[in-house]
Amino acid sequence: MTTQTMTKSATGYISPTRERVMGVLFLIIAAAIWVFFIRNTTPGVETTFGMTPGGSQVQTPDWVFETYTALNILLFLSIALAVYQLVRGFKRYTNIVLGVISGFFIFAFLAWGASGLSLNLSGLLRVMVIRSVPLTLGAFSGILCERSGVFNIAIEGMMLTAAFCAALFGSLVNIWFGLLTAMISGLVLGGVLAVLAIKYKVNQIIAGTVINIFATGLTSFLSAKFLQKYQYLNNPGRFPTWDVPGLSQIPFIGPIFFSHNLFVYAMYILLIVLTVALFYTRWGLRLRSVGEHPKAADTLGIQVNRTRYMAVLLGGTMAGFAGAYFILGSVGRFDEVLTAGRGFIALAAMIFGNWNPFGAFGAGLLFGFADSLAGKLTILRVPIHNKFLEMAPYIVTMIVLAGIIGRGQPPAAGGQPYEKE
Amino acid sequence: MKIEKAKAQTPQKPLAVFLDEITRSPMMVNILAIITGLFLGGVIAALTTENVYAALKSSLGESLKLALQAAWNTYKALFLGAFGDPQRIVSALQSGDLNAINRALSPFAESLVQATPYIFAGLAVALGFRVGLFNIGAEGQIFVGALAAVWAGVFIKGLPPIIHAPLALLIGGLGGAIWGLIPGWLKAKTGAHEVINTIMMNYIAFRLSEYLLTGVLRDPAKTTPISAPIERSAWIPRLFPDPNRFHAGFFIALFMALLVYILLFKTTWGFELRTVGANPSAARYAGMNIVRSMVITMALSGGLAGLAGANEVLGVNRNLGVAFSSGYGFDSIALALLGNSHPLGVVLASLLFGFLRNGAIQMQLTAGIPIDIISIIQAMILAFIAAPAIIRTIYRLKPPKEPEIRLQTSSAGGSS
Repeated sequence: MTTQTMTKSATGYISPTRERVMGVLFLIIAAAIWVFFIRNTTPGVETTFGMTPGGSQVQTPDWVFETYTALNILLFLSIALAVYQLVRGFKRYTNIVLGVISGFFIFAFLAWGASGLSLNLSGLLRVMVIRSVPLTLGAFSGILCERSGVFNIAIEGMMLTAAFCAALFGSLVNIWFGLLTAMISGLVLGGVLAVLAIKYKVNQIIAGTVINIFATGLTSFLSAKFLQKYQYLNNPGRFPTWDVPGLSQIPFIGPIFFSHNLFVYAMYILLIVLTVALFYTRWGLRLRSVGEHPKAADTLGIQVNRTRYMAVLLGGTMAGFAGAYFILGSVGRFDEVLTAGRGFIALAAMIFGNWNPFGAFGAGLLFGFADSLAGKLTILRVPIHNKFLEMAPYIVTMIVLAGIIGRGQPPAAGGQPYEKE
Repeated sequence: MKIEKAKAQTPQKPLAVFLDEITRSPMMVNILAIITGLFLGGVIAALTTENVYAALKSSLGESLKLALQAAWNTYKALFLGAFGDPQRIVSALQSGDLNAINRALSPFAESLVQATPYIFAGLAVALGFRVGLFNIGAEGQIFVGALAAVWAGVFIKGLPPIIHAPLALLIGGLGGAIWGLIPGWLKAKTGAHEVINTIMMNYIAFRLSEYLLTGVLRDPAKTTPISAPIERSAWIPRLFPDPNRFHAGFFIALFMALLVYILLFKTTWGFELRTVGANPSAARYAGMNIVRSMVITMALSGGLAGLAGANEVLGVNRNLGVAFSSGYGFDSIALALLGNSHPLGVVLASLLFGFLRNGAIQMQLTAGIPIDIISIIQAMILAFIAAPAIIRTIYRLKPPKEPEIRLQTSSAGGSS
């Protein structure tokens, strides 16, 4: 209980101990680059990174470099950063530097894995963006709920139900209607969560579990009963890919970020809107105050439970939108339990991103990258099983949560129903 | 009926007092929650029957009749699947043929088989609840328990059954215990919320099982990722000839329930655990070791869940496939709540869920109603129990005399 108050460091203060711990960590990463990659590389072998995703009109020449030299440069940079951290310290930029060094490590890993081979880097990154969509949008849903003080572990169930509705109603009417019903189904389940958690003061974890079990049961039941029997009910089609004029023509960057369907662009827009709304408007301040200290907020005349209802309903709608992605933005048909735990990775992305939209987006990209890379590992012939890469999001979330490398700061009043005295 | 009414109107009469007590008791809420959940399950079964809508075009009465019939058929198939056909049982008993009796009673025994992992997993979650910890990771612990037990059953060879089977079971329990210990330790030491960590551990367990089942544990003779069959000496013995799968694991589960009961309610240590759960501050003030209690509880809880997995592979499946995923872990949260986190309550709730599950499996085969309907029913039962106010409003029950204890998970920990 004491540590929770201790870690409230809004000013970005980092204790000297933590500075040193991070410095040592940087050194360990640098050492890992040497031990795992440089020692196992023969000088003179070249790595080829493809810079044009398959099927893209924007051509970029391949990037060919000598693996050994590149790895040594990365090692040198990492050591330099580590030494600076230990001697002077990066102070409040420490986390950013940690990100940079982790990036070095990943790049070194890719360069080493693809030495003597060719890896389509831009394809890898493009898939990363695609895979990050449900994670990021799901994390936004979690942020809306948890910033207002309501745990939402039902993102998975909401996404699953929304995906089902998108498939069914998208097939019956059209994809726009499918998207609308998906969002409405998320809204309804958000309403269930809100009523259980706020009105009936049910333990929020149990309320979330109820929704998850119910959603899995209902969608599997209806899918087995109808969708599998009548295939025309499960063929809604997909939103087409749309190139952003101008931006999509940028070499390398364009095809990765600006040649997608509606959901990816919606993610960018929601990222900005949510950040502004939460941190730069009165509305957002109220929402966050309700999640941090409901009693104080109530004293100031903010209606705690009404604010929470609104936040959870919005969060549900967001999860519904994320669920629609699975059908209308990705595979185009519903299968039983097709979300396959991505709602929980979204939860992890929310924690990893420190309950912050930009953080969640970054975490979503990182986890999306892990997912994308897991699919390419067989090409790289590296001695890591892709299942371990698929575990990575969960493990890093546990590490972050435990505060080993920087602790997240959850909203203080999360999980507690508010009773007016 | 008349007498009852008359008595109910005049207070102080024994029956009135009895009725009053009944309507106020928390047990009533649980029973009504089950009944309401089952009723709504019937409604869903009726609403998803196509010919109900077809008949709606001709007449409403016909449609209602069909709807009732659909609900009736669902529950008839569920009941027959769970308990067996009464006519068949009677005629088998009359004929005195042991083989026929075994066959006629095997659905009932199968329900007990289905209830066995529920008992273990329900106890796991209930134990956590009593100490104020929310173990939502029973599913992962079940998986790890199953993996560990399969490893012990496949790769340890040449032991006599009297040693091998308990050893494999124990190793399974240990696997689960480790999986529970990690979030417990993290909670106690760093204050990291055990709900999040157990969820993460669930998915790590799933990926780990996929990795092991496509690698080390995989049966080289098979094309699908499935483990080799475990050694005969590691089997938990089945007590009746085929097709009756009833095995000794059921009694181990009951024994565990007894052990948990004794631990929680008859030992000083259990008192300490329950105090930590009921009031961490008071426990700390009384000099109780909260960190130790949390870590041990999560390990024990994980161990119980691990036993559920071990029990399934050693007693029922005798190998482990990727499709082992059962949903037992999430259902066990409902069980613990339904059983009021009391071992006896958990056993009763597990029997109910075991009958439901087995009945639903048979129902899917005979009536063509997808098994997932029991998830819907279970979710609704869980919701009604978690929010007693809903049931109290529907049935106009009187409020309880004492305020209902809401589940409180502890925010203690992180005192390092």
